[in-house]
Amino acid sequence: MDLLVLFINAAVIAGTPYLFGTMGEILTEKSGNLNLGVEGMMFMGAIGGLLSVSLLESGLGVDVAPGLAVLLAVGVSFLAGAAGAFIYSVLVVTFRTQQNVTGLALTIFGVGLGNFLGDFFGRRSDTGIVRISARAGAGFSRLDIPVLSDIPYIGPLFFNYNILVYLGIAMAIVLALFFKYTRIGLNLRAVGENPAAADAASIPVAKYKYAATCIGGGICGIGGMYIIMVTTAGGVWIHNVVAGFGWTSVALVIFASWSPRRAILGSMIFGALRVMPFYFPANQLITVGFISFTMPNIPMQFYAMLPYAMTIFVLIFTSIRPNRETNPPGGLGVNYFREDR
Amino acid sequence: MSWLRSVTDWRISRRKAISFKVACLIRFLAVVGALGIGALVILSLGHNPFAVYWEMVDATFGARIGFNATIRSFIPLLGAALAVGMAFKMRFWNIGAEGQILAGGIAATYFALFHFEAMPRPILLTVMAVAAIIAGGIWGFIPAFFRARWGTNETLFTLMLNYVALRIIMHLQSGPWQSPLFAGFPMMDMFDPVARLPQVFGIHIGWIMVLVVVVLVHFYLAKSKQGYQLSVVGESENTARYAGMNVRRIVMRTMFISGGIAGLSGFWIVSGAHFNLSENTAGGVGFTAIIVAWLAGLKPLYMIPIALLIAVLERGSGRIQTAFGIPATIAEVLIGIILFAMLASEFFIQYRVINAKTAVATNTEAVTDIESTTGGDA
Repeated sequence: MDLLVLFINAAVIAGTPYLFGTMGEILTEKSGNLNLGVEGMMFMGAIGGLLSVSLLESGLGVDVAPGLAVLLAVGVSFLAGAAGAFIYSVLVVTFRTQQNVTGLALTIFGVGLGNFLGDFFGRRSDTGIVRISARAGAGFSRLDIPVLSDIPYIGPLFFNYNILVYLGIAMAIVLALFFKYTRIGLNLRAVGENPAAADAASIPVAKYKYAATCIGGGICGIGGMYIIMVTTAGGVWIHNVVAGFGWTSVALVIFASWSPRRAILGSMIFGALRVMPFYFPANQLITVGFISFTMPNIPMQFYAMLPYAMTIFVLIFTSIRPNRETNPPGGLGVNYFREDR
Repeated sequence: MSWLRSVTDWRISRRKAISFKVACLIRFLAVVGALGIGALVILSLGHNPFAVYWEMVDATFGARIGFNATIRSFIPLLGAALAVGMAFKMRFWNIGAEGQILAGGIAATYFALFHFEAMPRPILLTVMAVAAIIAGGIWGFIPAFFRARWGTNETLFTLMLNYVALRIIMHLQSGPWQSPLFAGFPMMDMFDPVARLPQVFGIHIGWIMVLVVVVLVHFYLAKSKQGYQLSVVGESENTARYAGMNVRRIVMRTMFISGGIAGLSGFWIVSGAHFNLSENTAGGVGFTAIIVAWLAGLKPLYMIPIALLIAVLERGSGRIQTAFGIPATIAEVLIGIILFAMLASEFFIQYRVINAKTAVATNTEAVTDIESTTGGDA
């Protein structure tokens, strides 16, 4: 198959955890909460999703069916991420703590909890690691849709991903429509832009902040589960498995300038950068279609740095040329207290 | 969410003033409560919480070698906390101490690896320290420049720079600065003994330096004109501007100093503790330091006990892994719970919760005190 098709396919698969993390954080930030706990919530989702399937299997002594494994992992990882976000919400919305500090505390807690539970249940299992069966793991492998997946080019580009990729893109589209066309979505944006005005319009500010932050955290949790099921290990716990995906997602929120639509594209670009050195190795002759060229000697780490460098560039550019379309929510990072007006 | 509605039945008002004793008591109760939750976790794992906690403390204070190890991780944590605390006081959310530590480490390592034979030891160590301060300072200055000039969001900018610095190190150790001794393995040479910090009482001299920096920062913030200026900028940029202060200059200057102190912490790590530079050099110190600074109320002197507490917990986690077979990562869970509890306790220090139905009469007090104390909100 053409190298380019393989590359795009790999980029989409590699970029999907960013998509989940970014969507979750966009939803959170639209309510005005800058939750820096994405990394922690992804860890919680990762361990939650993995343990739910793994413990069920060891408890029942049977291999879980692939479809059930996916449902269970998505559901529990969502709840685990949402639980982390709920702690954040209680502290920030009700107890009015500083958002950056609280988010970092959540990251420390979530990373610790994920690694702790992973290590703990690993020690207790016969094999020494937490894992799911091959049967359950099949639920997270590439779909093979009859006819469609076999079409040359079109098949591998559109109909050959795992089910979570489609879930992520569908959620991004729903989220975009939600912000734009629903009353609740508009209210939520009002809460994030100007909580005092929203409050005056009798929108329950605290409820919106709680709901958006917790659902956003849940979506981040699904992203963490994706990393453990698809990206790295195929359903085996690895110490520090999330390793920076959460922070990159925070960067991607800026790169996508708070738009779920741009988040789809952005996550694929970040995913492409991740797999680029494997498909276009330095100093090698590359043939794409009719074009042949020698890849310049770009160090591996350059690709890994590029998402952050590009995000910095976007940050600077959007601050020099402010634009209503790409601005962060007006009340981002600032807690709202009615009594303090 | 009916409990949310019941919360709104309660009125919340800022406290006018709280006695130091009561504030300390609330914080103490928060820590005890967090340790209590931790005890339940330990109990559910089938261990005696008192034995586990005792082991954790004993890991630091039971033997000289453990104490030294704790202090070695305490030194950069305190240094970085001083760095971010200064920036936070200006309401500049510098969450890039991690990257500033790494930038300092890179600069110090350059001289340690390539110029260690060129100069006598005291000069070499001084050059390494100064280089680290300048490199860290530049790493802090960059986001400050854009924030001062165009209002670029510094929280996210400093965060991104952490990863840029990290990737520079990973590039250096897998290529240009890679050690020929570890063929094919991305690792740098260990420092020559002349490039390592001398020891005083068994711990590298950084512990004296960091205590000096604590005192310097304390007086800088409390007594100097520049320290006063940065706290005015933190309270209100408009007030500062109206008073004729050059806000841009103050922001950039403060962040150069803040980054410089973080860079110096990087020098302590590479030259005093690890003796080489790797992607683990900072190891989350820059993030933990933010928590330390915040819990200390941004006061340099209070950062000493809090940084020590965190260092003791981290040290103790290694011990309980070997002694009880509890994974060491439980320390982070415990630290997380303690942080949550202490953050929540700040609320009860700054606000009073009054039941609207029973305490209508106390209303007048709440109206009069709008003035906030430090660090209530962003």
